[in-house]
Amino acid sequence: MQNTGEPSKGPSKKSRPAAWDFKRLFQPKTVAVIGVSLKRERHPANVIFNKIHLRYPVDVFAVNPGGGDLFGQTVYTGIQEIPQPVDLAIIAVRAEYTLDTLKDCIDAGVGGATIISGGFAEIGRLDLQELLVDLARRHRFPFIGPNCLGIYVPGHIDTFFIPSERMVRPESGNVALVSQSGGVLVDQMTKFAELGIGFSLGVSIGNKALIRELDLLEYLAADPDTGVIAFYIEGFAHGEGRKFVQAARRCPKPVIVLKSGKTSEGMRAVSSHTASMAGDYAVFSAAMAQHGIVEAVNELELVSFCEALSCYREPIDGRVGIISPSGGHGAMAVDICIRHGLSIPAFNQEQQNRIRADLSSSVQPIAALTNPIDLTGSASDSDFMAAAEHLARSQELDAIILLLLPYTPEVTSDLSARLGRVCRRHNKPLTAYVPHVERYRMLIEGFEFNGVPVSPSIKGAVLMVKALKRNKPC
Amino acid sequence: MLKTEIKTVLEEARTRGWVIEPDAKRLLSAAGLEVPRFSTVTDPDQIEPIVADLGFPLAAKVVSSRIVHKSDVGGVRTGIQSIRELTAVFETFSLMDGFEAMLVEQMVSGLELIIGAKMDDQFGPVVLLGMGGTGVEIYQDVSLRLAPVGTKGVDAMIKGLKAAPLLSGYRGHQAVNRDELTRTLVCFSKFVMAAAGMIESIDLNPVMCSAQKCIVADARIMLPPVDGPTAA
Repeated sequence: MQNTGEPSKGPSKKSRPAAWDFKRLFQPKTVAVIGVSLKRERHPANVIFNKIHLRYPVDVFAVNPGGGDLFGQTVYTGIQEIPQPVDLAIIAVRAEYTLDTLKDCIDAGVGGATIISGGFAEIGRLDLQELLVDLARRHRFPFIGPNCLGIYVPGHIDTFFIPSERMVRPESGNVALVSQSGGVLVDQMTKFAELGIGFSLGVSIGNKALIRELDLLEYLAADPDTGVIAFYIEGFAHGEGRKFVQAARRCPKPVIVLKSGKTSEGMRAVSSHTASMAGDYAVFSAAMAQHGIVEAVNELELVSFCEALSCYREPIDGRVGIISPSGGHGAMAVDICIRHGLSIPAFNQEQQNRIRADLSSSVQPIAALTNPIDLTGSASDSDFMAAAEHLARSQELDAIILLLLPYTPEVTSDLSARLGRVCRRHNKPLTAYVPHVERYRMLIEGFEFNGVPVSPSIKGAVLMVKALKRNKPC
Repeated sequence: MLKTEIKTVLEEARTRGWVIEPDAKRLLSAAGLEVPRFSTVTDPDQIEPIVADLGFPLAAKVVSSRIVHKSDVGGVRTGIQSIRELTAVFETFSLMDGFEAMLVEQMVSGLELIIGAKMDDQFGPVVLLGMGGTGVEIYQDVSLRLAPVGTKGVDAMIKGLKAAPLLSGYRGHQAVNRDELTRTLVCFSKFVMAAAGMIESIDLNPVMCSAQKCIVADARIMLPPVDGPTAA
């Protein structure tokens, strides 16, 4: 797509060099925490040092110009004193010392940094931030931040200044989440963990002075551990939105975006209808849809979309079959589907007859089979299996929603795993609703371990199907 | 590269902040869009020869650097059927703030659409298609897309309108000429890409789309503030 004539000014005008090398930054073997405190035990840098030292399989070194020891470990007076090459430096010194610290890191051959420190653009000190950027760019030295929490790689590293016992961590998985806000990242991690959605990488990019969404999109597109790339975005710099959507369009993996600041409009009074109707958010949303980026409008959509697209990649048209042991649940699911642009094709008499023939004798006379399928409270595992088998084979459907209510007396805890396998065999995406209470855990995990996304709400299960429909350009 | 005519008009209008309608129509016409046949009247004596050339019915609009929203001040009259009527309109317009001329043009009919453009700070040139007329902001039935747009892009924009069935002929009404609408939007988006550094937003409203043609009945081109983005 040609891009001539687009106004460009400021840093974005500089031609983009080759992609950054993030390997040592995101997969470090040696880590330095610069700016630990020997006076304040709960200093953020101390929290970071302590958790890495105790929890993660990396060599970690504390740095403070005063030297000494911290929690029984040597404190080095400078990065150059550390006896081995350092892959990742976590910089937590005061803003005015960051430039010198960054120079030291570059001189010592460090692989990359996260700058936790605040006191830059967010308080009007863009000048200080620009000095860091100029230096890092000259030396091709990648740093995340400043004013950020940094990175989280399950089982490998996290640079968050949150004590381990306060953090809820998703397991290892294939979803990467890049967030402009550290708070949103931490909060989403809690939700992902609750729903059993695994992370390949979490990055809080803070002021995103040097490394921005676009750089991470390019890295994650090629990262073998990442299958789904999600962003929490507040806004792009001048002209950057267009570059982002074009890169996302080229990316073979699903890209999901949650935007905040939807209601803020431009400052200038607008004197044309177009300018008034094409507000910042309207354009953002249209640009995402046009380039096949899945926009989540709220947190529930974000987690549902991430979970669904971490299981299924192929876009669908949105024709849904619904199976439930309760007419009410089926009807509610239909309403939600229609509201979200999905369709529920009705089965004809002949199709219904074929399904009915495979149901157990107690369910046969009472089941409603038009779609949604209501197997009634008498349904047993075999009835669910029979219905799922028929729907999974149907050419008129491209996804199935299963509302599995474990109250039904004849349902066993093996059912979810078996249903998951049927749909996988027929390559038909299945999403499920199971009430998330501890006693149904085995049913939930039966779905999860068979690659079926499960939601604690009917709406969530519907949104998971919506994600598959939205995962294509329009 | 911009056609020199486009560039000249936009640069001349820069301090005013927007392009007056006759100039906007000349620009769009040069860019390949259809506009009604029109003339400008600055003296009542010009009315008779213009009427002889254009025929009736006619539309008349006030041309003034100080009037951006003409219909808000009664500066648009349509369905004019006589020289007497047109002369009276001229007299009314000539009393309006900053009066420069009266634009007189042939009436066109069809479904009223709006075609627009905006330079978005984050995403660059964006085009808009929607149901037009004066109620455009009440109904807000519009599709947006990053420019440039091709045939498939136009299809997606039309599909995104609630009123899409109206365009393909709803309940006995004639369908709009889809090929002409597509050509118009594609052509417009090329213009927008070429003029991207020099414009802020554009409203073509209404664009009258019939089974034969899509004709830009009114046009407003807003320019960036003088300290804003400069020519590419």
